[in-house]
Formats: sequence, C-alpha cells, structure tokens
Amino acid sequence: MRQAAQRQEEEGERVIPDGGGRGDVVPLAALDDGQRGRLVRVEAGTGLRTRLLAMGLRSGAEVRVVHNGGHGPFVVAVDSSRVVLGRGMAHKILVRPTRDAEAPSHGPGR
Amino acid sequence: MGEGRESFAVAGQRADRRSDAPRRVRVALAGNPNSGKTTLFNLLTGSRQHVGNYPGVTVEKKEGVRRVGGVRLDIVDLPGTYSLTARSTDELVARRFLIDEHPDVVVCVADASNLERNLYLTVQLLELDLPLVLALNMSDVAAARGQVIDRENLSRLLGGVPIIPTVGNRGVGIEALADAIAAVGTGAHPIRHVPVSYGAEVDEEIAKLSALLEPQGARLAPRGPPWVALKLLEADPAIRDLVRTRCAEAETILAGADAAGAHLRTLLGDEPEILIADLRYGFAAGAFRETVRCTRESRRTRSDQIDAIITHPVLSLLIFFGLMYLVFLATFRLGAYPKDGLHHLFHYLAQAAGGLWPLGSTSTLRSLLVDGVIGGVGGVLEFLPNILILFLGIAVLEDSGYMARAAFIMDRWMHKIGLHGKSFIPMLIGFGCTVPAVMATRVLESRRDRLTTMLILPLMSCGARLPIYTLLAGAFFPVQWQAPVMWTMYLVGIVMAVVVAKVLRVTVLRGDAEPFVMELPPYRAPTVRGALIHMGYRAWAYLRKAGTIILGVSVCLWALTSYPKPPASDPTEPAAAAPQRAGPVQTARPAAAIEYSAAGRIGKAIEPATRPLGFDWRVNTALLGAVAAKEVFVAQMGVVHSMEATQDQEPEPLEAALRRNYTPLQAVAIMLFCLLGLPCVATVGVVRAESGSWGWTLLQWGGLTALAYVATVMVYQTGLALGLGAG
Repeated sequence: MRQAAQRQEEEGERVIPDGGGRGDVVPLAALDDGQRGRLVRVEAGTGLRTRLLAMGLRSGAEVRVVHNGGHGPFVVAVDSSRVVLGRGMAHKILVRPTRDAEAPSHGPGR
Repeated sequence: MGEGRESFAVAGQRADRRSDAPRRVRVALAGNPNSGKTTLFNLLTGSRQHVGNYPGVTVEKKEGVRRVGGVRLDIVDLPGTYSLTARSTDELVARRFLIDEHPDVVVCVADASNLERNLYLTVQLLELDLPLVLALNMSDVAAARGQVIDRENLSRLLGGVPIIPTVGNRGVGIEALADAIAAVGTGAHPIRHVPVSYGAEVDEEIAKLSALLEPQGARLAPRGPPWVALKLLEADPAIRDLVRTRCAEAETILAGADAAGAHLRTLLGDEPEILIADLRYGFAAGAFRETVRCTRESRRTRSDQIDAIITHPVLSLLIFFGLMYLVFLATFRLGAYPKDGLHHLFHYLAQAAGGLWPLGSTSTLRSLLVDGVIGGVGGVLEFLPNILILFLGIAVLEDSGYMARAAFIMDRWMHKIGLHGKSFIPMLIGFGCTVPAVMATRVLESRRDRLTTMLILPLMSCGARLPIYTLLAGAFFPVQWQAPVMWTMYLVGIVMAVVVAKVLRVTVLRGDAEPFVMELPPYRAPTVRGALIHMGYRAWAYLRKAGTIILGVSVCLWALTSYPKPPASDPTEPAAAAPQRAGPVQTARPAAAIEYSAAGRIGKAIEPATRPLGFDWRVNTALLGAVAAKEVFVAQMGVVHSMEATQDQEPEPLEAALRRNYTPLQAVAIMLFCLLGLPCVATVGVVRAESGSWGWTLLQWGGLTALAYVATVMVYQTGLALGLGAG
C-alpha cells in the first residue's frame, strides 16, 4: 500500500496549488451536461471538504456533469457514484475541463 | 469463491473443536450508505432481529443473531457512513461503538461496483486495528461493468482479511460470509495488522505525538496511542476532549499536537485534516488500482438513462406527483378494506368481553375493559392497515432509490423556504407518523436545518389524524365532499409548514441553508423481503406506541371520565333504569356522570377559552386525550357521547350524536385544531431526545398550539360571520 500511495503522489494530482499553467480552471457549475473535468480544489471549510472527499470528490478526481439544469441542484458522476450538489456548492468546486477526446473513461478504467 | 468458502468452513470446524475458543462472536457491520449493508444484515440474521437505540442517542441500533456450527454470531448493524470523523452523529455513533465495544469482527460491507470510495472507509477501519472481513457486495454489478477484482492481492494488501463476494439482493455469498466471520472471530483465521502510512512527514509527526502519548496509554485504552496521535493531528474535537479529560499532561500533549499541525500546514500547504484524509484516500486509490482491472469502458449506465427521465424538468414533476398520488390512493382505498375488518373485529371483541358480565352490569372492570382498553386501543389499531400501506409505499420508494431523486426534485422548492431537498424525506415519513420522521431528520448535517425540519414535522398530517378526519368528515359532509375535505386538511398542513419554516428561517433559525450534498444511489428493484422488513420497523414503532402510550392514556382517560362518581341517590338506579343489551361497544353511562367526572370538570373549566373556537366541554374533554395521542380523540368522543342512549334503544351511532350536537363549521374547527396544535406525547419525547433541548421542544408545543388556536378562531369566527354556523 505504501507503494501505491507513492505512485499516487508521483502523479502529482494531489498537490495542485492552483489552476495556473495547465488550462483554465472553472467552477463546476460552468460545465454543461456530459462535460468532464478534473477536480482542482474546493473552496470551502475543512468540514465540507472532508465530507466531499469521503464521497470521492477530492482533488484529482475526474467528474462528469450528469445534470446541470441551469438552476436548482446539480448532479455529477464521480467514479460510479452520482452525487447531488446544491448549486451554491457547484460554484465552489473548481475543475479543469477535460476535452472529451483526451479524457480517459470516467470510472475505474484509468 | 468455492475455494475460499471451503477453507473457512474447515477453519470453523477446527475452531469448534478447540474447547477454549469463544463460542460467541460479537460482530459489527460497517459500510457506506447504499452499500447494501442492511440487506446483508437482514440475510445474515433472518427474522431474529432486535431494534433498540445506541446509548444516549436515538440512532437506531439493529441487532441480530446467526449460528455457524457451534459459534453464535451477535451481529450489530452500524449506521451507514462514508467516513469515521466526528462530524456527524452517525459517524460518531459508529466510531464509538467500534472503539468502546471492540467487536471481535468488523464486517466492512463495500459496494464492489464503487470500490475505490468504499476502500476509503475500509482504510479507516484498518487504522482502528480491528479484525476485518471485507464483503464485496453487488459483485454482480461490478462484473457486469467489466470489473475484475484480484481478491487475493487485495486481501494481501489489507493484511490478509478474508474477502467475500456477495450479491445481497439475490442472497449470494451469505453462507461464505458467515463462515469467514466465524473463522476470524474464533481466531482460526489470523489477520495481520497493517500499519497505514501517510507519507514521511505525517508519519514522523504521528510517531512523535504517539511517543508523547505512550505514558498515557492506559488512560486512553482501548484506543492505541498511534490512532489517538493521528486523530489529534486531524484536530478531531472528540479526541481532543478525551485527551483533555483523561490525560495528566493534557496541555503539553495538545500543544504538541497543535505545533505538529502547524508544522504540517506550512510544510504541505493545507489543513492537516484534509492532507491526512487525502493521503488515506490515496491508499484506497492505490490499492484499488493495483487490484482492479476494468475490461470494458462504461459510460452511461442504465441508472443515468432512467435519471434522464426521472429528473427531467417537466416529466419529473408529473412522475413525482403521480407517485405521491398512488401512494396516498393505496393508503386510503386499499387500506379501507382491512380497516373495516378490524373495526368489526374490535366490535366483536367488545361484545364478547362485555358478555362476560351479566346483562346491565355496571361492573367497573367491565367498563374499564370494554370502554377503556378495547375502545381506546382498538380505535387506534383500526388504522394500522392504512399506516402499514403508507410505510410500505415509503419503503419501496426508499429501497428503489427514488426517494433520493424526490429529494433532488423537491430541492428547488425546499430552497424557497430555507431548507434543502433532504428535509423532504422526513416530511414524507411524517404523513405516516411524526416519531420516525423526527428520527429521519438525522440525514441533515446542519443543526439549523435539522431543528427547522423537526419543528414543522407535526404539521405533516400524520396517520393519527386520519381517524379524526374520517369520523368528522364522515359525519358532517356528503360522500362526494368527504375526500376533498380530507385532502384540504393535508394541504393546509403543508401550507402552514411552509409558512412556519419560512418564519423560523427569518427569526430564531436565521442563516443560510447548509450546502446540499447527497448521493443518488443507483436504481434497484426493491425486494419484497427488504421492503417488508423496512416497513415492519416503522410499523412496530407505531404498534409499540399503541400498546404502551395509548393503552395507558386510554385507561387514564377512562378513569378521568369515570371518577369521581356523582353522589347517586340510589346506587342501583342506573342499572335498574337502563337495562342494556350486552351489545354496544360503549357501556351507557349517564351524561350527568361524565359531566361530574374529573375530565368533565376540566372540560367545563376551559370552556370559556375554547368557546371562540366553537368547542364545548365534550370536545375539550376529548382534546385532553389528543394531547397524549391524537387517535385517542375519536375514542374519547365516543365515550363522552355514548351516554345519551336511552333505555330500550341501541345507543345511537356516534356520527348521529355528533350531528345533533355540532355544526359542520364546528367539525372543521375541530379538524383544523387537531391538525395544527397539540403535538402528541410521543412527538414531544422524540423531539426532546433528538434536539437535546427542552427549550425547542416546548417552543414547538406551545408555538404550534398557539398557531392552532389563532387559526381556528379565525376560521370559526369568519365562518360564523358568513352565516355558516347553522346546523
């Protein structure tokens, strides 16, 4: 497991201080239905961040917008779960959109 | 799977032969919400279950037993959690149980089709150094998605824990799981402790803190110093309190923890709690990547396709209201048949019990049994079928995964009253019974949201109001108007709930709504067994209430309406004057006797206050019963009106007596008052326990009753002014 964790770190997904340099960082709410993005950071308190993390929404996770109705709550896919987020929260979660062509499959095929 | 199962069976037998092996194994089931944990629990324990509460909180604790060979497994179902922080009641309860009770085996139920996230909780269980068994539930779904899980390798990474694939809804793998639990519990299958590493920097701080904690080891037991050190780094409030209260050099230790935290913060650039959680997730992700191979790429699942329709902006509302209509239609229409049957059954019982005494007997015991016990409890149990059907409907909606979608759909509207979609689930349960609904508010993380929801729940017209509406609407309105009158009551309750929530949100419970996060579980066909067990729990809570509170209240009210007896000039006179056939449910007592009784006097005493509502002393007397439990109102109205019977006649039906004494306007006033005011004793109890405060509980009771008073006065007086007061 030690080994696995190191590999995880080497990928550098965890330590992303901000979105600079590698494409634009946008709030999750800006993505349309079906669009994907890699989660960069969550601008919220520690409590909410740990809660989201425990549900799989952590830095580096790939998310796909399932339902963005423009108003009301928001549904994202992360791995094989579907999570409903209030619209306010969808603005606090920053992602770097991935273009569909270069996006790896969502879910555990990475 | 066959191999694994065989070896565990052998191990189990070997354990049986060892005389010193423990025969009882205490098992805890832990797992994410929606991992199918409860289904596995039901399958493991069958019908031998017991529902209670964890000490000090009203989180439901389900216990059951299974035998494997000569070993008895005492299994506890822990609340479903994503993690074991101290941030929610459920997580704290689960963690406290794991630490304090130190079960012999912990089964981590993981959704195999979502393994990475489920392993995150598994890692936290490893941290606690508890003997684990990993159940890979829904392994059929994982297989269908093309996932191949290398169980052998995964087991090795987790210290040799047995890994058993299961399919809960088809009952696959249960035997193997039970065998594995027994093997680990009896020590036949040893498990190695795997120290979890969080990277050099964090590990170093943990080692330093744990050295500081070492001398305090005994005081912290059964928690090991490394685990306490880890939690201190995470600034876990519960563990900080523990150190503060138990340790001799608490200040030094906490200062050390703060310094270590600050060090990590500067070194790694984030809160230690987040860093550690992220590294922990890193382990889970690493283990996942090493052991799971995906042979096929899955994009849109069936669930997503269904969701496209179910959460469609227009269709979603049609489906939602259609389903709600179906549930309520079934509750009232289908429930009517068994309800009539029960009505006749209790009528027959009352006759049979009454027949044990000679004709015209005024025996106190007979009156107690027939009027008090059978009349009171029977009147309530008649409505059990309706409540069972409603709970069954809710259970199916929950088990299928629709309930989470309903919360999603309702979120937009709930936001307008300062709540979010999750509050909708307790509100729906509230139409059955307020008590389980108040318990269901546990899903809300923010105390403000929870309190607001709890305070308005009694306005959801519960099953206990149904007998009142049925009686009064039936007595005063023509058939075609009865259903609309009842629907109106439900609607008024909902509208008032919206108004009250809004008011609470701009006054005492001001503040933004808590961020809304909720998992949408994949759709699943609910199993008959699961839905029945689910319904059974809530029905049992209702029955317990009928059996205890309502029985007690019925007897008290019977005593209040029977004593003191009027100073009869000739004590034999009532019996002689009214030779009753031993038929009617209510024994006849002269109206004057009721008026003279304690209940009658109380009713009379408060008459001036209730006159603006259109209530006379009889209604007041019956409302005394409604304070205890709403259903009792109907039985009590029966008691105070049954005395009008004259000799040679069957007592007139209650409906006729009501029509003679009241106007339809008064009937509406009574229904309205019972809907809005006087939350029942059981509600008061559960709100006190869940809110942890008498202040909120009394505010709720007083506030709703005041609201009911004002609303009823307004309706009644307006009605009178419009000339609707005529009979």
